[in-house]
Amino acid sequence: MTDIAATPRREGGLAALFRHSRYVLGENPVTGFAFALFVLIVLAAVLGPSIVPYNPLASDTAQALKPPSAHHWFGTDQLGRDVFSRVIVATRLDFFIAVASVALVFLMGGLAGVAAGFFGGWTDRIVGRIADTIMAFPLFVLAMGIVAALGNTVQNIVLATAIVNFPLYARIARAEANVRREAGFVEAARLSGNSDWRILAFQILPNVFPIMVVQMSLTMGYAILNAAGLSFIGLGVRPPTPEWGIMVAEGAAFMVSGEWWNAFFPGLALMVAVFCFNLLGDGLRDMVDPRRRT
Amino acid sequence: MLTMILKRAAMAIPSLIGVVIVTFLLTRALPGDPAAYFAGPAATPQAIQEVRVKLGLDKPLIEQFGRYVVDLGHGNLGNSLTTGQPVLTELRTRLPASAELTLLGLIVSIIIAVPLGILAATRPNSLIDHACRVVATLGVSLPVFFTGLILVYFFYYQFGWAPAPLGRLDVFFDAPPQVTGFYLIDSLIARQPETFVASLKQLILPALTLAIFSLAPIARMTRASMLAVLSSDFVRTARASGLAPFTVIVTYAFRNAMLPVITTLGMVFSFLLGANVLVEKVFAWPGIGSYAVEALLASDFAPVQGFVLTMAVMYVALNLMIDVLYGLIDPRVRLEA
Repeated sequence: MTDIAATPRREGGLAALFRHSRYVLGENPVTGFAFALFVLIVLAAVLGPSIVPYNPLASDTAQALKPPSAHHWFGTDQLGRDVFSRVIVATRLDFFIAVASVALVFLMGGLAGVAAGFFGGWTDRIVGRIADTIMAFPLFVLAMGIVAALGNTVQNIVLATAIVNFPLYARIARAEANVRREAGFVEAARLSGNSDWRILAFQILPNVFPIMVVQMSLTMGYAILNAAGLSFIGLGVRPPTPEWGIMVAEGAAFMVSGEWWNAFFPGLALMVAVFCFNLLGDGLRDMVDPRRRT
Repeated sequence: MLTMILKRAAMAIPSLIGVVIVTFLLTRALPGDPAAYFAGPAATPQAIQEVRVKLGLDKPLIEQFGRYVVDLGHGNLGNSLTTGQPVLTELRTRLPASAELTLLGLIVSIIIAVPLGILAATRPNSLIDHACRVVATLGVSLPVFFTGLILVYFFYYQFGWAPAPLGRLDVFFDAPPQVTGFYLIDSLIARQPETFVASLKQLILPALTLAIFSLAPIARMTRASMLAVLSSDFVRTARASGLAPFTVIVTYAFRNAMLPVITTLGMVFSFLLGANVLVEKVFAWPGIGSYAVEALLASDFAPVQGFVLTMAVMYVALNLMIDVLYGLIDPRVRLEA
């Protein structure tokens, strides 16, 4: 019974969301373009290893350091590995690091921030103090220190990227939860006998959620840059694993002797991915921002 | 004014305490037994035990923290395992290289970004406004190490205008006698114009890389705050009184629009200090960033810890300076304090 009653309402909501999204996309073709790019990146991340022409790890010294050609679109590196295949296969790892770290900080920062804004008092002070302490460091430097201390692994890169983003998420979630603490619907829920935790979970969180999702797509670009920067200086990902940051680092030595394709294409892939996430984040913000909703 | 500075300085103290606690906890989070780690891979259990007692690792955590703070108070950041040198000495000799690079990068960035932002704001939707937007979006998306490599490829390999990206000075030159540690200033003091030109040549590309990286937030903020100020009443009044457009924009609008831009500088510094590490690696720059990276790869933790601490303390100090500067420029802040 409840299922039948709930279904049309949800469909109406979805249809409205779809209509609204189409309206925003129609008004801003750049977002549409960014979304198409995003789909491509996701496809490369999912299908990567099965669609590339060469094995990304197979070396062929006879073909070492060949410039881009019909056989090797992006050329070959110092061990004769196909740069195009490596760039495509690397998408999965880079994308995974970015998504995982953003999801992690969404949980940590979002929950801590919402609790701080809703409960106030000591919770607020402790979360605020932690955020301030993290903010006292230049973020990339702190990420370096964390990876150095916890150990040189991909998991710790994800964790470090999440930690340095914590203050941003905690602050936004705190502000959003704080303005809703005294809102009418929260008062109503409280008067009908809901506990604090129940109000937090079913009234506050669903309202803060869309804003946090926008924040996630806005920080995705930064997360990828941060992770690639860490692996560029030799942290986390180990060769021969294909990853954009480490590929740029390996190709850097050949830049001064003119073999530009080694570092250029992974760098370009990194740039396109960050550019896409930034555009998409801006577009999503327009979509969620109530001032633009008509 | 003095009260304001003191009040603001007092507010930096909790940040500093937090920084010291975090850098301390980072060592205690080292994987495995820190004593075995510091004793080296070939150490016997006895040697490890000795190191543990020597480093005070057998004491409770709070006492260890006390020792750490006392050591910091004496300027003791520990010794590097690989070079055996005290970390503080190495950081001190390498800091000017990093500072010169970062400051020059910031200056270049401000020189380009502020006029760009002003021009974009005075001519909305013009070509220069769109250029400003493109530069801002691209600047955020470009990985800083990638920009550096592209510049090296074009200006060193293709055109041959820049010297090889290998450090602060060509091997044929000797470093100028140290006064400030900044080669540009020291070579002028020592009246060595050739050295000045040579070190400037080495500096241009890395500084430009940092400038491109930090351009975006400064240009974007200048544009936004200029737009807000230009639409305010006092600018309209100034225009109506028949003042020259230049006077209105520079004397009236710009001075007010600078305030939010100065606040943004805090964030810009956070990015710059991090980007500095990557740029130093690309250009083999002998600064504290590359020192930390070398130590990191050799699993030598004391230099990394010292580096993180130095960077954080500098960043807290920079934020303090920015706030004081803000007070100097904006009398309202002074009155509130």
